[in-house]
Amino acid sequence: MTTTLERGRPAAAPASGPGGGGVPLGRVVAWAAAVAVPLLFLGVFFAWPVAAIVGRGFVTDGTLDLGGFADVLSRPRTWRIVGQTLTQATLGTLGAVLLGLPGAYLLHRCTFRGRGALRAFVTVPFVLPTVVVGVAFRSLLVEGGLLGGLGLDGTRTAIVLALVFFNYAVVVRTVGGLWERLDPRAEQAARSLGASPWRAFRTVTLPALAPAIASAASLTFLFCATAFGTVLVLGGRQFGTVETEIWVQTTQFLDLRAAAVLSVLQLVVVVTALALAGRARARTERALALTEPVDAAHPVRLRDPLDAVAVTVTAVTAVGLLALPLVNLVVRSLRTPDGWGLGNYARLAQPADVLRVSALDATVTSLRVALDATVLALVVGGLVALVVSRRPRRPAGRRAVAGLDALFMLPLGVSAVTVGFGFLVSMDRPLGLPLDLRTSGVLVPVAQAVVAVPLVVRTVLPVLRAIDPRLREAAATLGAAPGRVLRTVDLAVAVRSLGLALGFAFAASLGEFGATSFLARPEDPTLPVVIFRLLGRPGVDNYGTALAASVLLAALTAGIVAVCERLRSPGVGSSW
Amino acid sequence: MSDGLGVRDVVVRYPGAARAAVDEVSLDVPVGEVVALLGPSGCGKSSLLRAVAGLEPLAGGDVAWDGVGVTGVPVHRRGFGLLFQDGQLFGHLDVARNVAYGLAGTPRAAQAARVAELLELVGLPGTQRRDVATLSGGERQRVALARALAPNPRLLLLDEPLSALDRSLRERLALDLRDVLVATGTTALFVTHDHDEAFAVADRVAVMDAGRLLQVAAPAALWSRPASRRVAEFLGYEAFVDVPAHPAAAPAAVRALVGALAPVPTPGTTLALAAGAFVVATDDAHGVAGDVTVLRSRRGRTEVVVEVPGAGRVTALAPAGWSCDPGDAVPLRVDAAALAALPGAWVTSEQHTGS
Amino acid sequence: MTPRTRTGARTLALAGAAALALSACSAVGGGADDASDEPGGSAGAAVGTVTLVTHESFALSEGLLEQFEEESGLTVEVVQQADAGALANQLVLTKDAPLGDVVYGLDNTFATRALDEGVVVPADVTAPAAEDAAAYAVEGDDEGALTAVDYSDVCMNVDTTWFAAHGIPEPTTLESLLDPAYRDLVVVPDPVTSSPGLAFLLATVGAFGEDGWTGYWERLRDNGLKVADGWSEAYYTDFTAGGGDGPRPVVLSYASSPPFTVPEGGTEPTTRALLDTCFRQVEYAGVLAGAANPEGAAQLIDFLLSDEVQADLPTSMYVYPVSSAVELPEEWTRWAPLAEDPFEVPAADIDAHREEWLTQWSDTVVG
Repeated sequence: MTTTLERGRPAAAPASGPGGGGVPLGRVVAWAAAVAVPLLFLGVFFAWPVAAIVGRGFVTDGTLDLGGFADVLSRPRTWRIVGQTLTQATLGTLGAVLLGLPGAYLLHRCTFRGRGALRAFVTVPFVLPTVVVGVAFRSLLVEGGLLGGLGLDGTRTAIVLALVFFNYAVVVRTVGGLWERLDPRAEQAARSLGASPWRAFRTVTLPALAPAIASAASLTFLFCATAFGTVLVLGGRQFGTVETEIWVQTTQFLDLRAAAVLSVLQLVVVVTALALAGRARARTERALALTEPVDAAHPVRLRDPLDAVAVTVTAVTAVGLLALPLVNLVVRSLRTPDGWGLGNYARLAQPADVLRVSALDATVTSLRVALDATVLALVVGGLVALVVSRRPRRPAGRRAVAGLDALFMLPLGVSAVTVGFGFLVSMDRPLGLPLDLRTSGVLVPVAQAVVAVPLVVRTVLPVLRAIDPRLREAAATLGAAPGRVLRTVDLAVAVRSLGLALGFAFAASLGEFGATSFLARPEDPTLPVVIFRLLGRPGVDNYGTALAASVLLAALTAGIVAVCERLRSPGVGSSW
Repeated sequence: MSDGLGVRDVVVRYPGAARAAVDEVSLDVPVGEVVALLGPSGCGKSSLLRAVAGLEPLAGGDVAWDGVGVTGVPVHRRGFGLLFQDGQLFGHLDVARNVAYGLAGTPRAAQAARVAELLELVGLPGTQRRDVATLSGGERQRVALARALAPNPRLLLLDEPLSALDRSLRERLALDLRDVLVATGTTALFVTHDHDEAFAVADRVAVMDAGRLLQVAAPAALWSRPASRRVAEFLGYEAFVDVPAHPAAAPAAVRALVGALAPVPTPGTTLALAAGAFVVATDDAHGVAGDVTVLRSRRGRTEVVVEVPGAGRVTALAPAGWSCDPGDAVPLRVDAAALAALPGAWVTSEQHTGS
Repeated sequence: MTPRTRTGARTLALAGAAALALSACSAVGGGADDASDEPGGSAGAAVGTVTLVTHESFALSEGLLEQFEEESGLTVEVVQQADAGALANQLVLTKDAPLGDVVYGLDNTFATRALDEGVVVPADVTAPAAEDAAAYAVEGDDEGALTAVDYSDVCMNVDTTWFAAHGIPEPTTLESLLDPAYRDLVVVPDPVTSSPGLAFLLATVGAFGEDGWTGYWERLRDNGLKVADGWSEAYYTDFTAGGGDGPRPVVLSYASSPPFTVPEGGTEPTTRALLDTCFRQVEYAGVLAGAANPEGAAQLIDFLLSDEVQADLPTSMYVYPVSSAVELPEEWTRWAPLAEDPFEVPAADIDAHREEWLTQWSDTVVG
């Protein structure tokens, strides 16, 4: 009656699951597929293109030539750039984590009127194209701007502030997602043992949050280390990073040798950072006592010192760092040559004289592409999170799972230029198929998905990992086959964080302009592209329309994130 | 013999552990019987249970049902239910959907009827729509029991299902559990570290220590004939006296103990003394006395801890209302019901330094 | 023995496959509009399809391309890249498997590289304007692999209103920008990251020679020069008259920018190009080597030189047509005059020294 194999057969999949002994063939195949599909995706759309372009840098006249290393590594400039990359990324990460923790607490552990709106709002900066941030941020900092007196324009401080501006949401959402499900009783126990709120937080809550913090920090670090537009727009090339240098070497000088060496250097930095974060996570990750989000949240109590600190820090951050540039953007978008008005917004519906599409058409294109990217990212990222959430019995299996986890973080740490140019030299005949993907438009959502996958993994994984393995065992002993266990336990719990992941991935895809700007794009431009084009032309109208389109993009993002938040309500979740 | 659960020479080994968690254990649970696996924490009883459930791979041996090996059968097809210590209810489902979880594939109406029936059985009628987060600890375990029983498992495995509850609730639920298992005719393997609980719930008790099975017997037989000093210790026997070769030369207490048993134990046998092996006597007729070190009351009865020459420190029962001061010497007599004779010759070889 | 025999593995596999299929459908569906009118893609070389590879600024007025498609029977697929410099390098990288049939938008700073690398091949261009175009031919391109289509002058622009309001005379020449009166008033885009920025660097090379230009930049830097990342940042954030109310009244832009600063209801632009500070950028089109449809590609170049397109260039892409047969819009003739004698650097020199000059520039200005 059973189709199972006798025990003793080695499990091919790294995740042999708690069933142990005899692993049925079907299950091995399913797990193998769960590993193979994401690997294939990453291999074809990331590893291969990167290897192809980096490989060109190391091959001269058909022979391997590693002379570039000696050459590039002996330049003092290289080391200065590496130092700047590390400094800026570290400062940006530090700032985002320090400001983001109180934000995560307030937005995910407390309840207050307008929380949903604030949650959606803080996500907006994350998706704004850098060219828009340039306008929103720099016009404040520039001489004569509202904050011109601070003298921050073109300084490292401005870059770090912008990096924090971009990545604040990453910390708030990654940490908040875990925090809202953390059983508050552990902290209450500490309080009852005489710990001050601060000590209870430091000794009980903070260690429990450590995996999420490590996750958020590594994500932020990668985003900061590979920040490109932000650095150039706000600081200029004197604050250049490895990323900007790769961009210059590749797109301007076509010095693939130097670019390849720098790419390898970047990879080393990124892999080191990931390894450190991975170790920090592994040390701290465990099955946590999680509850339903509703239980753990409490109304804000300003008398509670923790709440007071969280409210103060978040208010200052939200108003001073996040809102100011965005309000600046909105205000500027309302300014027309005839005074204040909605003229710029009216123009969104009309095709700008020569763009041939209206901003609204571009919005539709954007949404369509982002939807494709999101579905891809959810499938691939969901599978990765699922596989990585397992704890195989054998140490080799555990190492493989950890490796898989790190592997899918790499796209965030590898230069968008390298990936974009890699596509050009590899996608004319992908896998030998007579199908030129470079100009087909398919690569746009794919490139966005490659970047969104790590976000999905990082959002879903902590929740999956925190599921008590015995819950799955309970389901199995009630007769649930592995597929049903997956659906009724893992998915049912993960679906709560899925809204978060969905919003995140969608938002990231919507604003993504890095890798895709190096792709050959068909005529249908996305909203960021339209903004970019409008800002590439002189004229007050173009400028105003670009700002209005930026506000539209920001509002769209906030709206989508808000809707995804709704998806997380228990009513929907329990329908699984 | 081949009906029900058959565990043969089962070995469970965790990676990196020096010793097997379960070391060649064999055990049968016939259909309809409730067997308790009793042992101190870390003795391997939960590992054995998980191995039977299919949650731990076997490093050796075999698990069979009705004589058919189930080692290669995955957890969900074994038809073995499992009740965890903390219930492991699905937080995202209400009570009814938790209970109905194992009824997938049954028509909705039948599911609802079965859920109602089981909630009735565990004493929680009408709680179908309750959110599991609002249940008390006892209610959670009752729901978990209902959920485990709902699919009619051919074997129910219970992993310390009551140990997270408070004492009075635990005692009440132990009886309820017994009633439910008997009423449903469920074959069950019940893991516990509490011998009272084991005796209250099980038809037979299997005592485990350090990965090995020490003895399997019905509660009464186990109590009166513990197979070894280790078993006796675990059942609550508190003092041990070797039967001397020449009783005449032994202290009065030893002579009284030996004399209380019929037939008279042979020299080399060890006597195990439970609380109450000595009873405070109203007169001196027995020639045995002890010095009171502690006087205490338990459930209305007075107990004294006495130091008895030749027997050591033991708990003696006193008549209701009786009292004395620590340091007093009190006359004692022997109650054979709280005495057990251990088979002497192999006691030492069976002893384990427990974990 | 037990009634539960559902195979979970199969469920999982099915779910995974379904999800994948869904995403694949959706992904392909995203490009379905393009796929339907472009059977087989460029590799398929379907007769009647020509793929134009160009930069992000490419745009023509509504109906022009459609009219060409109708008349020629060709289907035009436009593929755009973000940056002109990146475009040239991408073409070099993909010359063994070209991205399309024809390129438009290579400028004289990258033309030699494209020629040397054999990215473009000579085409049979028959449009009458080809004679005009020949005047802008790249030196050494004897076979005519690159056809000039348009040009523009990259010049300093000044905010005339600002200078009038502050009672400071407007600067006129490169040298005059060094005057302390213009301290902290000038902003230029970084030549490394911006193509007009590079053009202006070339203007200084043309003006001061290979030995003198770095000295000029040193003094410009010491006079409070601001370097912005790109043209948009400089023009909209730093420039006083771009719309963003920046602090600096002198910005590097184009000779064609002033007409866009005529205020609503006004008659005069508020900005002016300094015509003695200009470098001329010429944009070329060419048939890509290995093109699947070289005939279609040549037809498309003819189309770019047609009177319709040439007349449309000023309004659609803010560049001057090479054709002498078309008339410029009235506001261009009035407010966007060209430099009479722009600075020049031979294309071959640009290509040979680009990296060296940009590195020197970075060392001098960025530090």
